Amino acid sequence: MAVSSNRIVRWVDDRLPIFTLMHHSTSAYPTPNNLNYWWNFGSLAGFVLVVMILSGIFLAMNYTPHTAHAFESVERIMRDVNYGWLLRYLHMNGGSMFFALVYIHLFRGMYYGSYKSPREVLWWIGVIIFICMMATAFMGYVLPWGQMSFWGATVITNLFSAVPLVGTEIVTWLWGGFSVDNPTLNRFFSLHYLLPFIIFGLVVVHLWALHTVKSNNPLGIDIKGPQDTIPFHPYYTIKDLYGIGLFLMFYLFFVFFAPNFFGEPDNYIPANPMVTPPHIVPEWYFLPFYAILRAVPDKLSGVVLMFAAILVLFVLPWLDTSKVRSARFRPIYKQLFWIFFLDCLILGWIGAKPPEGAYLVIGRIATVYYFAHFLILLPLTGWFEKPRPLPDSIGAPVITTVKR
Amino acid sequence: MRRLFILIVMALATPAVALASSEKVSLETQHWSWQGLFGSYDQAQLKRGFKVYKEICASCHALGLVAYRNLADIGFAEEEIKAIAAEKEIQDGPNDMGEMFSRSARPSDPFVSPYSNDPAARVANNGALPPDLSLIAKARAGGPDYLYSLLVGYAEPPTDITLVPGMSYNRVFPGHQIAMPQPLFEDMVSHDDGTSSSLPQLAKDVTAFLNWTAEPELNARHSLGLKTLAFLILLTALFYALKRQMWSDVH
Repeated sequence: MAVSSNRIVRWVDDRLPIFTLMHHSTSAYPTPNNLNYWWNFGSLAGFVLVVMILSGIFLAMNYTPHTAHAFESVERIMRDVNYGWLLRYLHMNGGSMFFALVYIHLFRGMYYGSYKSPREVLWWIGVIIFICMMATAFMGYVLPWGQMSFWGATVITNLFSAVPLVGTEIVTWLWGGFSVDNPTLNRFFSLHYLLPFIIFGLVVVHLWALHTVKSNNPLGIDIKGPQDTIPFHPYYTIKDLYGIGLFLMFYLFFVFFAPNFFGEPDNYIPANPMVTPPHIVPEWYFLPFYAILRAVPDKLSGVVLMFAAILVLFVLPWLDTSKVRSARFRPIYKQLFWIFFLDCLILGWIGAKPPEGAYLVIGRIATVYYFAHFLILLPLTGWFEKPRPLPDSIGAPVITTVKR
Repeated sequence: MRRLFILIVMALATPAVALASSEKVSLETQHWSWQGLFGSYDQAQLKRGFKVYKEICASCHALGLVAYRNLADIGFAEEEIKAIAAEKEIQDGPNDMGEMFSRSARPSDPFVSPYSNDPAARVANNGALPPDLSLIAKARAGGPDYLYSLLVGYAEPPTDITLVPGMSYNRVFPGHQIAMPQPLFEDMVSHDDGTSSSLPQLAKDVTAFLNWTAEPELNARHSLGLKTLAFLILLTALFYALKRQMWSDVH
């Protein structure tokens, strides 16, 4: 198939089929014709990644990764760099937006069973992207070198001291010294700049896997033929653009009118190793995992559970024993999904509270439920649940309504 | 000396810890001119607030992130700014002879700090360190409402509270014992434009000024934000119409 009538384009394409590749992956890609708006969040997350990389590159041009200058260099960006406040607030709020979008993307995958065969590898790459995002966000939060930056870095890096035998050595190695200090800030800056490009590469692989196995859809059934699909362009490009417009209004509202809504006031106090803030809290997107960490009185078990809470996602495709993908046809799983969603919200709320009294009890129950959902409820539901009958094809329900 | 330092830090940290497990105080929420989508600073108020800062706060609190030239944003003329800066002496150098020398501050200099370093500030203030105020409106939960409530929140301590010597009772300060004595009183600063010099008015004006030092970009941010949102509403409506039209043959 000729990709273009332009001779120069054809000349290049015969030698390096880059135009054919782009045509196949962005334009002709056959997409199920019944995707709902929950399918917008993947492309939205990709859009925010680009916004983050671009704003980050320009911020890095004006930032100084040194404990004596980092805080003031950020304030210089805010005050003296042309539109520096815009770059900085775009980047700061972009982090929160990125996580919000990816969490919705992840829950959408759970609801519609997008992790099931043949999409396990696609799902794995998604989980790896999520882990890289968490590392990037954590290190980025350290860079302004405010009180929460410093003490957040101290608390989180100290988690590794729970490793038996070599814990202290690992922490010293991570810090590049005997406390969070200039070497720590330097390496965090270096890695914070590196990781987004790795995430970008992983997104390309994520899309590669997606385009190999094709998109899942709200019915969770396979594409039976061309009648079930439409080309990505123009149908989904315009739908994604509409989604981007809506999202930008939401995102930029915070940037322009409530830029510190997601932030902690303490981070506008320069880091001071001699004064511990009374209440050290991570950014909102880490709160559920922070709650799991603190639910266990033993440090090592807490750390293991926190990492397990993320790693369990890797085996989700095998823990869910049902062959039916979409929750639409799974009456019991549908309810379990919403209870699990609520459980994650409760964990997030507990993560923001001090670990004492009733908060600790609720946090422990919610932690137990989090793991029970994956390890007990999902396998059992798959075996005992009676799914509702699946339609024959994506087009079938539409065709029957037309006939009536 | 080092032990003394640790003691001081602990003494300052204790009230903060005490609050973490105690009651929440209610702030005296005010209406601020810069709130809301259409909010912007009231330049006259910022100028009055600057006067309060200059005559009272500046004797203990630095404003290190703000330069004298920034005063142009709140309506001071170039000559006025030069005069304000020239009131302060700073050390510069070394000169061609290799010597440090003293000169009057210029508009490009940041506000001159009242103390040459932190230990000097502590010695002069009974061991407490008066914080730099550049970002204070963003660095405290409650922001301007907290600052205002703190400034008008001094009172006689309730009978069940015994104050540490040198501390004052404050309704909203974490732990209620604050090292800063009540800084503002009625009629301390007089205004040429006939604005009242009541305590609430002085507190409001200086809080507005400190919000400007923390968010000097706010006016530009709100104005660009409105234009951006208006543009996005049109663009998104256009995308929606296009989407409806392009999809009309699918369903």
